[in-house]
Amino acid sequence: MANSLWGPLDDVQGDAGYDHHPPRMGFFTDTSVCIGCKACEVACKEWNEVPDDGYELSGMSYDNTQALGASTWRHVAFVEKPVEPKPLTTTDLGLPGMGPPGAMEGGATDGDAGVRWLMSSDVCKHCTHAACLDVCPTGSLFRTEFGTVVVQPDICNGCGYCVPACPYGVIDLRKEDGRAFKCTLCYDRLKVDESPACATACPTESIQFGELSELRERADHRLAELHERGVDVARLYGRDPEDGVGGDGAFFLLLDEPEVYGLPPDPVVTTRDLGSIWKHVGAAAATMVGVGVASFLGRRR
Amino acid sequence: MAEAHPVGFQWVMEAKRRGAKIIHVDPRFTRTSAVADLHVPIRAGSDIAFLGALVNHVLSNDLDFREYVVAYTNAANVIDEDFRDTEDLDGLFSGFDPEAAQYDPVTWRYQPPENPTEDQQRREADLESDEVRTGGQYPGAGHKESHQAARSESHGSGGAPVSWKGRRDETLQDPHCVFQILKRHFARYTPEMVQEVCGIEPEQFREVADALTANSGRERTTAFCYAVGWTHHSVGAQMIRTASILQTLLGNIGRPGGGILALRGHASIQGSTDIPTLFNILPGYLPMPHAAQHQSLDEWVSADEGKAGFWGNVRSYSVSLLKSYWGEAATADNDFCFDYLPRITGDHSTYNTVKRMIDGTTKGYFLVGENPAVGSANGKMQRLGMANLDWLVVRDLQMIESATFWQDGPEIETGELVTEDIGTEIFFLPAASHVEKAGSFTQTQRMLQWRDKAVDPPGDARSELDFYFELGNRIREKLAGSTDEMDRPILDLAWDYPVDEKGEPDGQAVLREINGTGPDGRALSAYTELKADGSTACGCWIYCGVYAEETNQARRRKPHWEQDQVAAEWGWVWPANRRILYNRASAAPDGTPWSERKRYVWWDAEKGRWTGADVPDFIVDRAPDHVPEEGATGPDAIGGQDPFVMQTDGKAWLFAPLGLADGPMPTHYEPPESPVRNPLYGRQNNPSRRKLSDASNPINPSYSDVFPYVFTTYRLTEHHTAGAMSRTLPYLTELQPEPFCEVSPRLAAERGLEHLGWATIVTARTAIEARVLVTDRLRSLRLGDQVVEQVGLPYHWGRNGITQGDSPNDLVNVTMDPNVYIQDKVGTCDIRPGRRPRGPDLTAYVEDYRRRADVDMDDPTNGRTD
Repeated sequence: MANSLWGPLDDVQGDAGYDHHPPRMGFFTDTSVCIGCKACEVACKEWNEVPDDGYELSGMSYDNTQALGASTWRHVAFVEKPVEPKPLTTTDLGLPGMGPPGAMEGGATDGDAGVRWLMSSDVCKHCTHAACLDVCPTGSLFRTEFGTVVVQPDICNGCGYCVPACPYGVIDLRKEDGRAFKCTLCYDRLKVDESPACATACPTESIQFGELSELRERADHRLAELHERGVDVARLYGRDPEDGVGGDGAFFLLLDEPEVYGLPPDPVVTTRDLGSIWKHVGAAAATMVGVGVASFLGRRR
Repeated sequence: MAEAHPVGFQWVMEAKRRGAKIIHVDPRFTRTSAVADLHVPIRAGSDIAFLGALVNHVLSNDLDFREYVVAYTNAANVIDEDFRDTEDLDGLFSGFDPEAAQYDPVTWRYQPPENPTEDQQRREADLESDEVRTGGQYPGAGHKESHQAARSESHGSGGAPVSWKGRRDETLQDPHCVFQILKRHFARYTPEMVQEVCGIEPEQFREVADALTANSGRERTTAFCYAVGWTHHSVGAQMIRTASILQTLLGNIGRPGGGILALRGHASIQGSTDIPTLFNILPGYLPMPHAAQHQSLDEWVSADEGKAGFWGNVRSYSVSLLKSYWGEAATADNDFCFDYLPRITGDHSTYNTVKRMIDGTTKGYFLVGENPAVGSANGKMQRLGMANLDWLVVRDLQMIESATFWQDGPEIETGELVTEDIGTEIFFLPAASHVEKAGSFTQTQRMLQWRDKAVDPPGDARSELDFYFELGNRIREKLAGSTDEMDRPILDLAWDYPVDEKGEPDGQAVLREINGTGPDGRALSAYTELKADGSTACGCWIYCGVYAEETNQARRRKPHWEQDQVAAEWGWVWPANRRILYNRASAAPDGTPWSERKRYVWWDAEKGRWTGADVPDFIVDRAPDHVPEEGATGPDAIGGQDPFVMQTDGKAWLFAPLGLADGPMPTHYEPPESPVRNPLYGRQNNPSRRKLSDASNPINPSYSDVFPYVFTTYRLTEHHTAGAMSRTLPYLTELQPEPFCEVSPRLAAERGLEHLGWATIVTARTAIEARVLVTDRLRSLRLGDQVVEQVGLPYHWGRNGITQGDSPNDLVNVTMDPNVYIQDKVGTCDIRPGRRPRGPDLTAYVEDYRRRADVDMDDPTNGRTD
């Protein structure tokens, strides 16, 4: 089938072998209305019985769970950035510092323009082309009828191939358990026509759940609205079916460069070249066989 | 608001989505600031200077909503010629008694009308003689103090009873009229003064002022939201008064999209004021009777009975309350058991009670869902008090610090307390959580929302209702057959509630009792049905109607998308399911809407009735041009243009002629501990603030080099108040795992504090340690030549729970607002890198600070400012 590994794909479930299936479901996370309450993180853990992720004061603003991982399936990033009083002459990627703000030179009172505090609830992207799924040797990772990507813990053997395969660094092994875990987009809730726990708990509708096609329209509308209000920094991330993963099932509205939020600027599915790799492997194998046969032939000689 | 009320904040975000501008004024840059259009950093405790300057901006540029102000406020009232302002007396109003640190409000009163009626003259004479009588009869016994304590909050529903509507000058030109007095009072509250007091730059002040005034008037309204950032101050009531003055001048009260919204600290704090857990009021804001003043039912109600407005029917509400308490036993012959009511004799507020525990006069204490060892100001004082009790009952979901201080509290570590020497017998009783019992919450909009039980409580955990019902039953069993008159109030109680198969009393039966019943035993529909003859019973008159038609109206859950924007069929709002109070003010004096855009309640001349989207907060057929007859009382005395129907004069008070302990108008005073000299007046602090003198409560001298920084304590989204419900849960604890302090980069550099390192924060009370977060979200503030640094301290931690740490509220001193007896949560401190000393070394360390700062331990509350 066309574009099974790369490029736009209209019917991701069909491509996975579903003849009849519901529409593709996903998340649109509008970070412009996120208030950083972390209700999504807690609701996710409550519903999915995910264990705590340790009690460590990180010093990274109010972000103490620090990253998505096997025991954090929703993660709210907090990015503190001083507002620059005047435009910089050099190119500024806007990368946040990991440590504390630098020691004051003139004092915070002297002409500083204050601070920006960006918050964003990150989650598994449920990619159109999911490398984690492609590399899973046991079939533990599978594409659901909703177009989402789910790990089956009773099948996972903990090989860990999926971990480096993910272009976003989402999926991970739980140390004390050995198996891989990540967001299921609340597959069990979707089965009974309920919304995922995080979207249900979100007080400001920053996390919106629904049919992906409809969410994309909603996001386009919201983006236009923000641009109209002069919020030029607003942009969509993971919305584009032409991008390196064929578009995300969970995509975002951001208020800065993706790097600022710790997101890769141009993710590419790591199995993009799987087809050509297999071609090369095939050719190599044929050569090997040829060489082997030749040696036997040679011996015969 | 996003930080502490994230669920309520969804509506702010909704408003923003629709184009509202959000302005956030807060010492720290919070999650609210992150999504606000404008964040205004302010020095903690300086809000009156900021708000007062906005008042001045409105008045000096004629930006008030003049028609509204003239018709609906007391701006036109002419005040007694003997009144003197803080401008005349360098920070004092007339009537101050320096000995008692109290005001006599007699010169603040309205000038009498041309021809006062006999009744008005009698009231005025009573008022004056009352002051003289009570002041003289119990000299030094704090009678006047308790009088004020008992009265000032009891006006929550009623407004202080002025004797007359008084003389008015609607041209607003009389030099003694409220409008002119207000103008003079706030004239020095300029943008430059704001910079000097609050650290807010004049450009930013103007941005706020312009946004506020542009968004107020006929076509637009602005809302204010506040929480304990305003209430927890020695001038807290006056901070909110300043906002009230501003909102009233701008015409933002009684209209959709306007108002001042008090965000509460927990679910149903509003409910616990309506049906109070406070010492000085009874349900529905009826005053608690005083032992000396109120010898009979007549004396109890006399101050309010018959005065103009709905508060004038106070006898009906009071008698119905007594009938609900004592049922059949309450008859006209025995004053409806009025003598069974407990009496107050002075200030029995929470901090004074703790002081009495330390002094050994209070012997027993109930803690119900409260953890004062962590959550209250000056935790040491709380723990020393509890360690000196005979018995302590703790009902909570978790084993909290207030139940375990005797074995591992900070004072055990330092040796100030020794476990073997503590005689307090502590009873810990597990409590059911809100999902394990049915009941109602009353939120800040006065809305009751009923909650069904989701699961049974675990083990021995019981609901409050179950506990108190059972406690009552057991006490009554013990007293059964007693002939002692003292036991009659308990034995005669109407104490009979249906229980389910598990013995749990039916909460809806209690709600029905609160709603009240008529002579036929049926649930009443409205408080206007209440009678003073004993034929009706009602547990809380303002809640009357919540069980109308024998239906739990609080349990209504019709979604907002199935009804109009008022959503009158979701829950039930007191009084009378009225969603916006004083909504008569949403129409012009002639009864037509101020504007089509903001139409809400208006006069339908054809039908001769008030009508609109909400339940009109007015007598429904009272025409806009109605003028009450001479000598009319109660609701009959409400004029057609008097929207503030609970006030004696029907007007919103820009100037309070009565009812506030610390002055008729708000005035900026510095917090009891401050690094700054008050630039406005010679008076540094609120002269009538309440001090609490105890060795455990020494005050840092103001502008001391030893304590050069400001600190304040606050909440984080991830934790709940004193932490028992959050730092005991892994999913919340991991989100904010440790106590920390937030400091600006400049302060970090000044004191050598390292990001994620330890810091010790010291006051004259104690020292605590916390990890350091250096952040641009805490800003250094420039006040004239002085730079003020603020240390921010989330207060959720203690010695129990998944993660532990020192409790920041141990640093807070107890100095109280004289109206409501709440502490000031702003203080001064020192901050140093490194962990605090351990054991007895900690005591020595703090003693050294006290010595260096010259704290007088013989007079510990002397902050050297008076």
